[in-house]
Amino acid sequence: MTAAGVVAAVLLLAVAAYTCAGGTDYGAGFWDLTAGGAERGKRPRWLIDHAMAPVWEVNNVWLIFVLVIMWTGFPVFFQTVFSAMWLPLALAAIGIVLRGAGFALRKPTRRIAGRRVYGAVFAVSSLLTPFFLGAAAGGIASGRVGPGTEPTAHAWFNPTSVFFGLLAVVGTALLGAVFLAADAVRYEAPDLHAYFRRRALVALAVFAVLGAVTLIVAHGDAPHLWHGLSHGAGLVLVVLAVVATLVTAWLLLRTSGAWSRPAAVVLMASAVLAWGVAQRPYLIPGRLTVAEAAGAPSTLHWLLIVTVVAAVLVFPAVAFLYRLDTRGELEPLTDADLRRGGPEPES
Amino acid sequence: MHTTLHLLAEAPPQMLPARSLMAFTLASHIILVPMGVALPLITLIMHGYGLRRGDATALLLARRWSAVMAVQFAIGVVTGTVLSFEFGLLWPGLMGRWGDVFGIGFGVEAWAFFLEAVLIAIYLYGWRRLPARTHFLLGLPLPVTALLGAFGILAANSWMNTPQGFSLDSEGNPVDVDVRKAIFTPMFGPQYWHFVVAMLVTAGFVVAGVYATGWLRGRRDRYHRLGFTVPFTVAAVFTPVQFMLGDAIARAVFQKQPVKFAAMEIVWNTDTHVPEYLFGRLHPDGTVTGGIKIPQLDSILAGFSPDTEVHGLATVPAENRPTVAQATLIHWTFDIMVGIGSVLLLLVVWYAFVWWRRRRLPASPWFYRSAACAGVASVIAVECGWITTEVGRQPWIVYENMRVAEAVTGARSSSLWTMFGLVVVVYVFIFGSFLAVLLKMRTRWRLDDERRAEAGTMATPETDTPYGPRSAVAAGDAPAPGNGDGTASTEDGRP
Repeated sequence: MTAAGVVAAVLLLAVAAYTCAGGTDYGAGFWDLTAGGAERGKRPRWLIDHAMAPVWEVNNVWLIFVLVIMWTGFPVFFQTVFSAMWLPLALAAIGIVLRGAGFALRKPTRRIAGRRVYGAVFAVSSLLTPFFLGAAAGGIASGRVGPGTEPTAHAWFNPTSVFFGLLAVVGTALLGAVFLAADAVRYEAPDLHAYFRRRALVALAVFAVLGAVTLIVAHGDAPHLWHGLSHGAGLVLVVLAVVATLVTAWLLLRTSGAWSRPAAVVLMASAVLAWGVAQRPYLIPGRLTVAEAAGAPSTLHWLLIVTVVAAVLVFPAVAFLYRLDTRGELEPLTDADLRRGGPEPES
Repeated sequence: MHTTLHLLAEAPPQMLPARSLMAFTLASHIILVPMGVALPLITLIMHGYGLRRGDATALLLARRWSAVMAVQFAIGVVTGTVLSFEFGLLWPGLMGRWGDVFGIGFGVEAWAFFLEAVLIAIYLYGWRRLPARTHFLLGLPLPVTALLGAFGILAANSWMNTPQGFSLDSEGNPVDVDVRKAIFTPMFGPQYWHFVVAMLVTAGFVVAGVYATGWLRGRRDRYHRLGFTVPFTVAAVFTPVQFMLGDAIARAVFQKQPVKFAAMEIVWNTDTHVPEYLFGRLHPDGTVTGGIKIPQLDSILAGFSPDTEVHGLATVPAENRPTVAQATLIHWTFDIMVGIGSVLLLLVVWYAFVWWRRRRLPASPWFYRSAACAGVASVIAVECGWITTEVGRQPWIVYENMRVAEAVTGARSSSLWTMFGLVVVVYVFIFGSFLAVLLKMRTRWRLDDERRAEAGTMATPETDTPYGPRSAVAAGDAPAPGNGDGTASTEDGRP
């Protein structure tokens, strides 16, 4: 495999990692949005706040990694995507700010009205951002843009894009529910475990149906993608995704719900990898190959060195963080810590 | 003035909104950077001091600062993500042609940032459960990752100022990329150290300023004294260093980017014995009005001798240099930055003198008034320094290789203006909320300390230690299952 091919594989893996890690966060936002009024949604929201807090910045950094690999490894690809898909990406960027700020500011805010505003901002942008990112991915997958394409709605508002966008939203909801169900066990809240397990099952069913419909849509709308998904490695990954769907469903139906998280991650990752592998040897089907888009050879080599260093340094650190987090070693430094005892000073 | 209008008329309509948006988002993000780069270090110093001396006040301060860090870091992550999007959304031409030449710095930045996010999460959320020593040790690499992150960003920026590490083919596209040369460009060293130290100084003064204000309001306990002394000392140690580095970078600009230097010092004709203007305004005919003129000084500063020849703006064609308005702007920002730096140095000398003679903090309220302003002043200096670097490079986005106009997006200027408007609204909301949250946290802590002092059960807040077993906060804070009748609604607050 050429250096460009390896970098493309790294890019795809980073996209898959962001889908799984960031997706879980977006999913938590989805369930925050649907949790109901302040009273009814209090407990789910409490869990969302506590479960997400320690890891969500790390999850977000995957996206920066994706962007950096894109513009360093494949500058023309980066230029093409950001020129042609201007609007969805601009909206996604604004969504990311609103979402991050909404979540970060909700924690230290104590008045219910303020929490509502931040919460709503956080939740709505959790819905819109994955949709637009998914739509942009759909535009790429269906080969609608190429070098020199002007910003156009056609690039991201088409059957494949819309279904990719919906798939992204439902996929994040699925991941969010699965992870929150497991977190509920950790936080010893059996009622929330049941609550999120039900939602995970519903999301899984919708995801499976939507995935099947997307495949049918791709058959007519994105022929190269369809070909890749129905042959060779792409097909293997599609089959893996289907198996992972069944396994996740089975695990969720058992009351303990153990191992449902890895199964859901395998499901999402194999779906993303299937998309990427199906596009080979193109970054944008029919328009731009990996080789054409590749940056300078020496840069690609250095990018690989940087990636290896990152793998050596970052992955143990990330693994350590996730381990500490799942073992409950990380607890939010709440205001209560700093302000123990006594009645509420204001109000 | 004619040339300005001429250039503006030629510029694509996307230029102004794209530039405004980039400037606005960067100027906002840069406010958070000192806190992101240097607050971990200052917090860890306080933390280490607290652990070593068994000083609960220091530990309490460190813990509260880490709570500030949490909010600050979260906002910084999202505003930083927006910037990466904007590279593509606003400057696709830059990234498409040069992404593989200068992008690798960002690669380093990305993984440094990754590590920082991991470590910061462990540090922030490890206070309660991790053993004290482990927790502190896991925090220690934080400042290093911050320095690495700055390395990546500054490598990219200094490359835009003094690009190298490539050659051009017949179509003007870069080939034969040499990544090492592209990272270690002539301006990299001066820019990097100047930046890092600026961050340390700024963060130190900002944090100390908060406690100086409390001191002025009569809160003169050990908590405030410690909260002031540690960050102020950090800033004080680095302020003279920064003065030297500032001098070095100005001379590096003089040598490597003579046109930028000419604009910074509003020098029109190449000459020796060039005078220094403090402020003043440059006109299209090369004359300067207003300001204070100091004969010979510019030549002396640039090359230690009045015989030093300084290049003038007039040596390059008008379309290849900053306009007179831009030159005047960066001349002002440069002078403001240097002015603020000099005043801060005087403040530090005052502090050091009193400490040397009397082994105590200065008693004068004027010292604390100045210290309270020092934080804001240093943030202004950071903004000014950034404007000087970026505007001084105009009209080039890649110095002498690509104009800003060639890099700009083809998106409709109306879309860009709309996005700009949207971003301004969003950022005003975010930064306003950020400030409100910080002030709220401060008020809550203060009331808590006062209440505890009155209660007498614990004479001062300092006696409380941040480590050790707690009452079950996580479980206790959880709203009760069922209807959530709010029996334990401490986390949710009240209307």
